[in-house]
Amino acid sequence: MTNLKPVDVAIIGGGWTGLLMAKELTAKTSQSVAVFERGVARKTEDYAATMDELDYNIRLRMMQNIAEETITHRHSLKDSAVPVRQYGSFLPGTGVGGAGEHWGGASFRFLPDLFTLRTHLIEKHGAAKLPADLAVQDWGVTYDELEPLYWKSEQLMGISGKAGNLRGTKIDGGNVFEGPRQQEYPTPPLKRSYASGMFEEAVHKLGYHPYPTPAANLSEAYKNPDGITRPGCAYCGHCQRYGCMIGAKAQPTNTLMPLLAKRTNFQLRTGSWVRRIVHKDGRAIGIQFTGANGEEFFQPAATVVLASFTLNNTRLLALSKIGTLYDPVARKGTLGRNLTHQVGVSTRVFFEKPLNAFMGAGELGARISDFDGDIGFTGAEEGLLRLGMIALSSSGDSPIGSFGSMPRGASKSNWGSEWKKTSLKWKDHSAGIGMSGEHLSYRQNYMDLDPTYTDKFGDPLLRFTLDWTDHEFKQREFAVQIQAKIAREMGARFDEGPPARAPYNVINYQSTHIQGGAMMGSSPDNSVVNRYLQHWNVPNLFVIGASAFPQNAAQNPTLTAMALTLFASEAMISRYFKHPEQLI
Amino acid sequence: MRRREFLIVPVASLGGTLLYTLAGEPFRLQSQTLGKDGTVKVPLRFFTAQEARVVAAACERIFPNDDAGPGATEAGVVIFIDRQLAGPYGRDKYRYTKGPWVQSVPEHGYQAKESPQEIYRRGIQDLGDFASLPVDEQDKKLKAIERTRFFQLLRTHTIEGMFCDPMHGGNVGLIGWQLVGHPGPRMSYRDEIDKHFGQSWRPKPASLEQITGRPGKPWEDEG
Repeated sequence: MTNLKPVDVAIIGGGWTGLLMAKELTAKTSQSVAVFERGVARKTEDYAATMDELDYNIRLRMMQNIAEETITHRHSLKDSAVPVRQYGSFLPGTGVGGAGEHWGGASFRFLPDLFTLRTHLIEKHGAAKLPADLAVQDWGVTYDELEPLYWKSEQLMGISGKAGNLRGTKIDGGNVFEGPRQQEYPTPPLKRSYASGMFEEAVHKLGYHPYPTPAANLSEAYKNPDGITRPGCAYCGHCQRYGCMIGAKAQPTNTLMPLLAKRTNFQLRTGSWVRRIVHKDGRAIGIQFTGANGEEFFQPAATVVLASFTLNNTRLLALSKIGTLYDPVARKGTLGRNLTHQVGVSTRVFFEKPLNAFMGAGELGARISDFDGDIGFTGAEEGLLRLGMIALSSSGDSPIGSFGSMPRGASKSNWGSEWKKTSLKWKDHSAGIGMSGEHLSYRQNYMDLDPTYTDKFGDPLLRFTLDWTDHEFKQREFAVQIQAKIAREMGARFDEGPPARAPYNVINYQSTHIQGGAMMGSSPDNSVVNRYLQHWNVPNLFVIGASAFPQNAAQNPTLTAMALTLFASEAMISRYFKHPEQLI
Repeated sequence: MRRREFLIVPVASLGGTLLYTLAGEPFRLQSQTLGKDGTVKVPLRFFTAQEARVVAAACERIFPNDDAGPGATEAGVVIFIDRQLAGPYGRDKYRYTKGPWVQSVPEHGYQAKESPQEIYRRGIQDLGDFASLPVDEQDKKLKAIERTRFFQLLRTHTIEGMFCDPMHGGNVGLIGWQLVGHPGPRMSYRDEIDKHFGQSWRPKPASLEQITGRPGKPWEDEG
């Protein structure tokens, strides 16, 4: 074990949240900041050579190496968990920029009521009508507190979109159901595709309120407040699972690294696999990590910021024995609680005319929020508490992945001449109308350490205990009815029928939105970190990212994770560094 | 060291006269790479010549050359699969392969120990003299193994080999992309995305190497 020269702040993880924290701290304080990232360095110039569907979209070349570390999953306490042996339902990133390099770019704010969801649901339905196993909680922070920080994050990335609620004034063409915004989006919406235009027209006729997906894919050249200039999107169709080859999609490497690289109080250590947060007498004293060549290091630090992906935030706290692991039977302990994913369902629609769908952008699309939160449906008497957004996105069809999309039953076999001809007939004639729904938190869905399986170092893997409940099935059943209505209005053929009430599976991609485990809240009894994302038991440890979300939103998590990071950084800069003790 | 095995391919059956990476790097078919009988010898990385013939025949039944257009043989699918199996994917370098190995519910996906290399080797053996059977016999044999992991991989890899970038050994001469009208990894549709509504717009396909001007670095070439 080599002891390194102390730093003021050690940040674990070089993705959106870790590098954003580093940017704020190095700009506004004299703290020396070191970021420790497992993966490799990345830059925009590398990405043109990666526009290869097979290696990047299918073999997932940018993701964490699952051979080195994975998670295990079981559906309930009665089952034994098995490892996720190949990626499926979500895709953890690695390397500088993390999953922020290969994300789609959806950049929403959460609905204001999500931050006080427990209070909201009790007020609306009464505690007696809520499912007994519901674990949703208020966050300890409100939409109004985050609004200016949402705006800062939107400016940083140059989010393209259209406001629908500007200081309380509802604006047609934007999302009229969103919380009030103080400013219009930094850049106008992306262009429409043929398919997204048809969706927009149809939902408009049905009386819904379509709006363009707010996207980190720039619609035009943009210079952000830090002086970083990026070009408009080229609609090349290589966003999700790829890095952007021109820097039009906001990524940590094109918005944060150019600034950080110039700062003298910043250092980035790639190839550094943090194994433990070392602590003594209730304070973190540094981190222990393994370098790329296997050498062990101890990095002393006055403050530690844990900013890795949700999975590793929880796992590293558990491995470091910080906090008390949640026990779902006794309902004691907080670490690992409130694990949520995303509730989705998609209806495949088929058109007469070709779509030229190889063109697109990560989040080019139109959507409606008429059923978001608990807007637009009656509620608890049907057992449906919350729903989500319904959208059609044109993110760029790739030739392998889109081959064979055809109406159900159109070919008897899924190979051979008839199948080939039918596949060719429907090639470029289909799109998906998807629902992205809130996933509520439940007492039985949680994370802990697996008793059997280990990572490449022999440390226990993180174990998920997670399954869908009746509420998620109801969300899907409701959503497919709306999707069918829209498909009919679009004049499209579609596969009808309710989705299966099937258990959670680790095979089909759902989203890389994994939340909870180190949730924020109002007291150490119900949360791991306080509203400033400061650990309740270890005041010089901050745990940032979607691990802090007590439940998931329908909206993609990145922008909220960034706003929370800024909220934490402001408290650290204005109060914590002067007196590095509990802020509450 | 295994004996060097070659797949002898009639040039006329491959997509075009421009072959990509068949010998490890892109080259135009030269007279010296051609046999006197109009064949080309493609070095194999994983399969034996006999195995390659079985796989090629099976892929051709999955994605046949018919009146709808060319199929797996013309696209060089077997060459693609050979390279995938020899590379990190075939060896399960990027799969979690620590035990204990237990069977679980279908929601947990493939949980067995066998790597793609092992699945193919056994699956090919079970197909026996497949390559020399008449096509209706071949279809019967494939129908009988439809639900096996081997067939599912074979089907998936056939589609991949039809439509991958040609640096991976399949989609020779961009024949797959021509078949479906896919233009390849073009850098910009800024001026096209909001045009051609309702009409088929099919720019001429180009490979990643043609677009970037540099040879690609396919993952299967990694050690």
